[in-house]
Amino acid sequence: MTPASDYLGPMPQTGTAPVTTIRPPRGWAPLDVREYLGAHELLYFLVLRNLKLRYKQTLLGAAWAVLQPLLTMAVFTVVFGRLARLSSDGLPYEVFALAALVPWTYFANALAQAGNSLVDQQQLLTKIYFPRLLLPLAAVLAGLVDLAISFVMLLVVLAWFGVEPSPRLVAAPAFALLATAAAFAPGLWLAALNVRYRDVRYVIPFLVQIWLFATPVAYSGSLVPERWRPLYGLNPMVGVVDGFRWMIAPTASFPATELAAGALAVALVLLAGLFVFRRMEQSFADVV
Amino acid sequence: MSRPAIRVERLGKQYRIGQARGPKTLREDLADLARRPFRRNGAAEPRTVWALREVSLEVARGEVVGIIGGNGAGKSTLLKILSRIVTPTEGLAEITGRVGSLLEAGTGFHSELTGRENVYMSGAILGMRKAEIDRKFDEIVAFADIGPFLDTPVKRYSSGMQVRLAFAVAAHLEPEVLIVDEVLAVGDTEFQKKCLGRMRDVSRGDGRTVLFVSHNMEAVQRLCGRAVLLERGRVAAAGPTGPIVAQYLARNESPTAAGAWIDLSGVDRSGSGIARVQQARYRSEGGPDGQPYPDGPLTVTLSIEVTAACTVPSVAVTLYDTQGTKLVNADTLLVGRTLRLEPGLHQLTLRIPEVHLNPGVYQIGFWIAGPLGAIYDFVPSGCDMEVVAWQPAGPGGPIHDDGLVTCRLELLDGD
Repeated sequence: MTPASDYLGPMPQTGTAPVTTIRPPRGWAPLDVREYLGAHELLYFLVLRNLKLRYKQTLLGAAWAVLQPLLTMAVFTVVFGRLARLSSDGLPYEVFALAALVPWTYFANALAQAGNSLVDQQQLLTKIYFPRLLLPLAAVLAGLVDLAISFVMLLVVLAWFGVEPSPRLVAAPAFALLATAAAFAPGLWLAALNVRYRDVRYVIPFLVQIWLFATPVAYSGSLVPERWRPLYGLNPMVGVVDGFRWMIAPTASFPATELAAGALAVALVLLAGLFVFRRMEQSFADVV
Repeated sequence: MSRPAIRVERLGKQYRIGQARGPKTLREDLADLARRPFRRNGAAEPRTVWALREVSLEVARGEVVGIIGGNGAGKSTLLKILSRIVTPTEGLAEITGRVGSLLEAGTGFHSELTGRENVYMSGAILGMRKAEIDRKFDEIVAFADIGPFLDTPVKRYSSGMQVRLAFAVAAHLEPEVLIVDEVLAVGDTEFQKKCLGRMRDVSRGDGRTVLFVSHNMEAVQRLCGRAVLLERGRVAAAGPTGPIVAQYLARNESPTAAGAWIDLSGVDRSGSGIARVQQARYRSEGGPDGQPYPDGPLTVTLSIEVTAACTVPSVAVTLYDTQGTKLVNADTLLVGRTLRLEPGLHQLTLRIPEVHLNPGVYQIGFWIAGPLGAIYDFVPSGCDMEVVAWQPAGPGGPIHDDGLVTCRLELLDGD
């Protein structure tokens, strides 16, 4: 589909009709930003479709957005809070863990959904044209609804534990944005590679597990020595999780280094990913 | 002279065939890489095939052009390239105007969503803006004729309703350039006529350009002013529809002999592919050399390859004349037997006790569908079959009758 001029009615004059040129791919293709911008309506529909299907097909539907972080928090509290007695930065361990699990659950699910988005919708890839980037993007955006629901749950739990709400909570959307980009950037790579190499589907859960340990979800970031912080911060979820903890713990300091490092890493991976995706996109229908 | 709606210049598409194509595992790719220095003697270079080569054509604004050709001629590949689903290996194509592609029915449909939701999803994926769908919504629903079931999940629809809704959305796509694949061959005759009529209105009334691929020569002749004949990936002929269609029919390969297994792996087909007719064989016991004859029996044996366990209420062998008109639809639905197939190879034999066809060449098509009309395999033109002029021993010689179908006749005494 060429980026459509708005439907003007019957037959526009030749001068204003969009022209599509189809040529053999030449290595690195340029990003067609105009095309992506013009497809925002389709993106909306894909996100809507994603959400409707998820909620219609599952028994628990929206409840899962609340249960998953909550149940994980319960397990972590027993294992890491009570048994292992990890430090929780002065907060009750439940709150400490949940503050991290809310964005983490979003990230883990979004990454997996994005990675499988192309392969799961093969028929779309072989029967109709639209910018393929929309599929992993829709997967990542659809998860934000769950994130919003679980965030509300977090506020409820905070109130339950008597933690005072702070004005810092306003920063939540900014951290959510970073988490979204953090899921989308590697998600792009995984989605494209998955089309060509089907092992990627099995690599994703493993990747997410390792990533969990590299992120201060169960433990506090303060365990990591100061000099390693910038490197540690290259994991964008470190900044997000620390950011969430900063929002609810008045004594926590703003994780500036980690956020800067994480944002930089995401930006680079994303930019490279867009070009790699574009290049690989040209042979998706041949290989899927 | 305004610029042509579609301009194709020396378009080519090369595929690697055999093991080199399709998804791999990382392990395989790394192993290949390791082996490469030892393959210097030129062995095991991936085999390639040109699905399209040096194809050039021009379609003026408002023209309706048919693309015809036998199996593997490259028709679908050409459409896929023009629809930007696959990229060409060489050459150039230029399309002026908004493009809409219909390569399969129900693109974007999902059985869990309601009819209403599917209209929006499918419409958006096919390229319509939300405002456009809003505007045409009532028209689409009326065309599909699905009554009060608009807000129930599509999985509860009958197969006919599903197909009608899918087509209704597609039929209201109004791009400047419309690219249509053999999509219209599915569905009952009444509905097919409706869709063809709609396409004709769309092209004549609004001056839209249509590129139409079909095995149905009747439809091609009715809709298209010009036709392009493809053969083995190249343009064999192009010009006014009548002569090109005649050329195609004349060139058609000779019918395959009775009793022999016919390999169907390379034919044009659509459907999800969970169950596929890989080979077929037809014969008529008692016919000369096993060839079918008018009013004689016809047995068709299918070798079906199944990749996932499935329930199949409908397996059909369809006979068409050379124009593509559906004459006989021998569907297991008629005997009401549903098959449950496990992965693997299965053989199924259908027997028509009396085939009421006059001597001539016919095309055999195949169809396998699951519950609620989910299409597993649809082959519009698998192979040719000749019905020979012959009669089992009896008085008189063979009767010549130039209808398509046979008939028994009694003469009643009159005045």
